[in-house]
Amino acid sequence: MAIILDHVSHIYEKDTEMAAFALKDVCLTIPDGQFIGLIGHTGSGKSTLVQHLNGLLAPTGGHIYFNGRDIHEDGFDKKELRSKVGLVFQYPEHQLFEVDVFTDVCFGPKNLGLSVKETQLRAFEALRQVGFPEDYFYQSPFDLSGGQKRRVAIAGVLAMKPDVLVLDEPTAGLDPKGRDEILDRIAALKEETGITVVLVSHSMEDIARYVDRIIVMNRGSVLFDDIPKAVFAHYRELESVGLAAPQVTYIMQALREKGLAVRTDATTLEEAQREILRALGRDGK
Amino acid sequence: MGIIQASKLVFEYIRRDEEGNAEGITRAVDEVDLDVKQGEFVAILGHNGSGKSTLAKHINAILYPTEGTVLVDGKDTRDEAHIWEIRQKAGMVFQNPDNQIIGQVVEEDVGFGPENMGVPTKEIWERVEESLKAVGMYEFRKHSPNKLSGGQKQRVSIAGVIAMHPKCIILDEPTAMLDPNGRKEVIRAVRALNQVEHVTILLITHYMEEVIYADRVIVMDQGRVVMQGIPREIFSRVEKLKELRLDVPQVTMLAHELKKKGISLPDGILTTQELAQALMQ
Amino acid sequence: MLRDITLGQYYQTESLIHRLDPRVKLVGTIVYIISLFTFQHFSGFAVAALFLAVMIRLSRVPFRYMVKGMKAILFLLLLTVVFNLFLTPGEPLVQIWKLTITREGVRLSVFMAVRLTFLIIGSSLMTLTTTPNNLTDGMEKLMNPLKKVRVPVHEIAMMMSIALRFIPILMEETDKIMKAQIARGADFESGNLLRKAKAMVPLLVPLFISAFRRANDLAMAMEARCYQGGEGRTKMKPLQYKKRDYLAYAVLLIYLVTLAAVRIAEGMI
Repeated sequence: MAIILDHVSHIYEKDTEMAAFALKDVCLTIPDGQFIGLIGHTGSGKSTLVQHLNGLLAPTGGHIYFNGRDIHEDGFDKKELRSKVGLVFQYPEHQLFEVDVFTDVCFGPKNLGLSVKETQLRAFEALRQVGFPEDYFYQSPFDLSGGQKRRVAIAGVLAMKPDVLVLDEPTAGLDPKGRDEILDRIAALKEETGITVVLVSHSMEDIARYVDRIIVMNRGSVLFDDIPKAVFAHYRELESVGLAAPQVTYIMQALREKGLAVRTDATTLEEAQREILRALGRDGK
Repeated sequence: MGIIQASKLVFEYIRRDEEGNAEGITRAVDEVDLDVKQGEFVAILGHNGSGKSTLAKHINAILYPTEGTVLVDGKDTRDEAHIWEIRQKAGMVFQNPDNQIIGQVVEEDVGFGPENMGVPTKEIWERVEESLKAVGMYEFRKHSPNKLSGGQKQRVSIAGVIAMHPKCIILDEPTAMLDPNGRKEVIRAVRALNQVEHVTILLITHYMEEVIYADRVIVMDQGRVVMQGIPREIFSRVEKLKELRLDVPQVTMLAHELKKKGISLPDGILTTQELAQALMQ
Repeated sequence: MLRDITLGQYYQTESLIHRLDPRVKLVGTIVYIISLFTFQHFSGFAVAALFLAVMIRLSRVPFRYMVKGMKAILFLLLLTVVFNLFLTPGEPLVQIWKLTITREGVRLSVFMAVRLTFLIIGSSLMTLTTTPNNLTDGMEKLMNPLKKVRVPVHEIAMMMSIALRFIPILMEETDKIMKAQIARGADFESGNLLRKAKAMVPLLVPLFISAFRRANDLAMAMEARCYQGGEGRTKMKPLQYKKRDYLAYAVLLIYLVTLAAVRIAEGMI
């Protein structure tokens, strides 16, 4: 059970003078149950990449396999694929359209041809998973706050019961608390169901905090693909492609330069704190 | 006297249900006093729905106070006779870069404000040139806005406001829809305007990194001003900020946690270098 | 998918045609279109084709780019040809089942096809070489006399200009919402007409909401920048006829005279 990208390339406006590589010879394996962070500056190909995962875009070169089958071979059920690989676009609340929240979340499962009962069960479950308050189930989605709308939109995808959940900047435009709430929900969901999560984000701090593998895209190619510590150790290369490491990594570097004997590979607040306390000889003794 | 003066400003609106019946009254801004001096850089922080954007719209006379007054350069915003003068003096940049660019070519968009003000053609061109240069977008003057990045679009929007020769610029979450690089570009342009051209800046945001350089930070919650001070003072109150659905930069957070563990550090550390320095002493 | 429609989208380059006053291009295009329907003979077409070819050459817009834009209306073109081919009475040439192709039909459909093609290329040449803003400016100025009879000329021009600016943005948005709904299992392609129409709801509702939100934002942004209608407004790029514009009018006149001359000559033979 995995998604495999085998030498995938994608050229926009192929056969015209404006042809441009959006993806260039990308090889990746996304096994079950990982929490993956996908980073890259705007235009690096991450959005194009995620749209390949559920077959919205077809590669102009290479193959994509889902559970061993080429998703673009004849007779492959794309609808089934889209229910298994759930994709939450940026600002997903812009797709809400139904008269009330619950009906909107039912849209996905209904399209899969499920029974009314199963559809409603799933919608209910999905709204619970995103922590949406039951009191507002029959409200118009357009009357909700930005953060609540976002939850409804994510529930709309979760209701399809995907094995892989891809989120393109799920926290864009939210305030700090709203951002943490959404990410904590996703992390909890991952714990609870063992679903694979691919998180596209511009916040290195968020990425470092949640994921166990980072894929860095640059100019349509994979630049790094490793555990967070290993990726952020390349912070100078990351800077050269318009990215950065989490702020704590820089703090550790600065301390090291000033002569404090700390390891510089901390990527989260907790790690940094532990490491500084240790170096200062204050680790809880 | 301050360029922007709000006293006991209250803004209320009537909530309606689906049939349009009044359900109740929401007080979006609640007795806010504000005094911004010429040349000051003031940042307003607050979570979504804290009333900060509603406050901003009062300064440009898009909204009018229910109670209290707002004076811009000494003129009451409720006085119809001064409305265009106020809008020229207090320029506004909004959140969504796509929804505020009117022109099809960068330079035409920047010229839109001066055209509306009846500025002579020759002077419009001069203003457009200097404004685009001030935000570093002059080389893109012939481009279509659709082909620009988010940060570039916002810089064009800022140029469009500068071309009106305002005394102050209000930026209503100008970076909320941008990526980190776009955010940096915009903040850099805003700081340059403040430092080089001495334009008064009122920056509304929920990104803490962006307010570090402000002369003064105002924190809003439920329509009220709940904290006010220089960035360092504000940042030293980590727990209070968290309560207000806000965040502090990772370095400030780390310093705060280390302090809790008994390491002696000064309050309100803002930069990596500061923390390193303080820890090594 | 929607981005393929290049018809009428401004093509940026430096050329004589690009620099012409939009009023010249507007008048020229209208006159050219009318002229297409004034002749019946091959020689007239030759003159019209020559004129168009010269203009295209002068505009420096690649011909391939123009033709690509035509694909969208190929269907319309074919329809006209088919109708003319089968429905024109006259001397029968071929008979297929109940349908008769007449000599007149062939002639008429060829003429119509050529006319339509010239018409489309001619008018897209105008939009390809004129920024939408410039074009609306030109229209505003040309329609200025109508202000006297209370036609809101400035407002109409502003509306057109804004609409043109938002077309690419809304197209991109349509594309995005469509993809997002497909990701939720929506199906925009299969089923009969009624089903297809129903399937559009999840696309159209968000699109309308978004359009309204944008309109609202834009109105606010315009007001914040002191927009108060056409009154007392100055222009950054005021329209002023230059020497080349008068020259262009002269060329247009020469074209018309040539056309008339050819027609008269044809009549005498």
